[in-house]
Amino acid sequence: MKKEDRLELRNPIKDLLRMDRIPHIWCPGCGIGTVVTSFAEALRKSEVDLDKVAILSGIGCTGRVAGYVKLDSIHTTHGRALPVATGLKLANPELKVVVFSGDGDIAGIGGNHFIHAARRNMDLLIICVNNFNYAMTGGQVAATTPRDANASTAPFGNFEYPFSLPYLAEASGATYVARWTALHLRRVTKSIQEALGKRGFSFIEVITPCVTLYARRNRLGDGLNLLKYYYEKSEIQHGADTRTLDISYQGKLIVGKFVDKEKPTFLDCMNEHLGKVLGDKYQPYGVKND
Amino acid sequence: MKADPKGVLAGSHYLDGDYALAEGALAAGCRFFAGYPITPSTETAERFSERIPSVGGVFIQMEDELASIAALIGAAWGGKKVMTVTSGPGFSLMMENIGLACMLETPLVIANVQRGGPSTGLPTLTGQQDMMQVKWGSHGDYKIIALSPDSPQECFDLTIEAFNLSETYRVPTFVMTDECVGHMHEKVVIPPAEEIDLVERKWYTGPKDQYLPFKPDKDMIPFMVKVGDGYHFHITGLTHDDKGYPVINAECQDVCVRHLNDKITMNADKIIKTEEEEIDNAEVIVISYGITSRVTTRAVRKAREAGIKVGTIRLITVWPFPEKRIRELAKKVKAFVVPEINYGQMVVEVERCASGQAPAIHVPHCGGWVHNPDDILQAIKEAAK
Repeated sequence: MKKEDRLELRNPIKDLLRMDRIPHIWCPGCGIGTVVTSFAEALRKSEVDLDKVAILSGIGCTGRVAGYVKLDSIHTTHGRALPVATGLKLANPELKVVVFSGDGDIAGIGGNHFIHAARRNMDLLIICVNNFNYAMTGGQVAATTPRDANASTAPFGNFEYPFSLPYLAEASGATYVARWTALHLRRVTKSIQEALGKRGFSFIEVITPCVTLYARRNRLGDGLNLLKYYYEKSEIQHGADTRTLDISYQGKLIVGKFVDKEKPTFLDCMNEHLGKVLGDKYQPYGVKND
Repeated sequence: MKADPKGVLAGSHYLDGDYALAEGALAAGCRFFAGYPITPSTETAERFSERIPSVGGVFIQMEDELASIAALIGAAWGGKKVMTVTSGPGFSLMMENIGLACMLETPLVIANVQRGGPSTGLPTLTGQQDMMQVKWGSHGDYKIIALSPDSPQECFDLTIEAFNLSETYRVPTFVMTDECVGHMHEKVVIPPAEEIDLVERKWYTGPKDQYLPFKPDKDMIPFMVKVGDGYHFHITGLTHDDKGYPVINAECQDVCVRHLNDKITMNADKIIKTEEEEIDNAEVIVISYGITSRVTTRAVRKAREAGIKVGTIRLITVWPFPEKRIRELAKKVKAFVVPEINYGQMVVEVERCASGQAPAIHVPHCGGWVHNPDDILQAIKEAAK
């Protein structure tokens, strides 16, 4: 039997990857690849037209995702994937636009873009891989680092309050908010699938191991140890009040789908409002063949 | 390709420069505008937001200028012609993604209605202090195209020109106007759509799996596709090969960076536009642009009355700089006089090109108002000695 025919050696998502760019840059034990697998699986299951799906990333470890996924893909600048995605979606409303990036990119340097895209209910799907630190640059403290955790620029432990991303997303106007860990791969897949089927600002946070930096610096062991932590400390609470989702150092991880509601998107609002005010003078935008 | 009549407000109008920028954009087929309010450029965004609903397109006020230019990049790759407008502080914020736009060879137009700087400076008063920033402001080596209108009519005309250049060379193109021209009301004649020539984006039409987003064509400019057409292409701000894949080494960097620069340098003769007057026997040549060229007119008239042989060059294209022409003239004239509303920017370029063959006398003005023509006259007299 040829090597590529052996089931266990065949890459089940290779059709969705740029195989000419593999091997990827991620460390052994990293969770980003598993989230990519979930994403690919969700795309397959949801049967969306892959020609009409675009993926954008910012900068960082997760920022490299756009470079490995075989869709129209844009690797932007640090924190700016969201406004680039906004422009893309508005230029071509038939697209399903996905932003796949890290916590530093989306909630740190891109925080302002994040809250405003959510406020407008821009029709985007955001997959945010949260590994609690700036990994690409060597494990610096982030807007998501739990208090007391150690980071290379918080060598005596972090004393800042971190963001709770689902709370931030909901407060800013997101219509779909979920949090999972890299252990909950089927749940992540299902969430992505659900979000792909929705219109509006969808936000999925996936807590993932950063073995090389966050875990090593905090002496938390390898990838398996972190998955064990997720297994022991995560608790599924669908519909939980997003104000209760703070993450403490090695503390409880409340996961689940917290928000799932319908609300007109930016373009819905624009078309409805301008149509109402301007009547026949208004040229509805992005409504079939525009 | 002719303009779409939907965006063309044909007729004679009494408009300020800011409004004329918006009308130029609409006439050029711009259907996506993302911006953030900033004095003295805001009227352009206001005008666009009022006009676009009946033309068909999108205006969005973004959360800041970082986002405005980012949205432009996304929308351009979504297939639209796109524009934003700003002034000094906003221009500084845009520098990051101007670099990305250059790296991704993305056609887009940015108008800068300049005000006095540095920092918050003079929000409501004029300046020409971003002329070097437009060229060098983002990190790394790249080249852009910048135009400088001297009237509301030119704000209209040069915005269309900016779109055409931007599409031709796949490069961010700038309309570097200033508060005076931006807020000046004059007659603006908008021709009928069939008289407006537009450059269509250089669309790729070959086999889907063979598209290379950065492979230079014979004219050095790569073809474009838009997101959603099934090419499954990748583009990145990292140093990349023709395929758009990152390649982090000195060899690829050499090819990539040379291309970004050479495609403008090699086409400079086709891009550059200047307006010359009485150059042939001139002893002194005044080089100016934008509002300063209008102030210069009076100084030059007075100098000629005083018997001085003065020629003028008005830079319509500021970048790329008309290097060859200045080099050639430097051999013939006593001196150049360069008035500009800054403490010495384009004069450095004149000096560089003149290369010691003729002095470049700068007439500085730190901003807030235009020159007193007598200051320019004084410099001309000085130069003629």
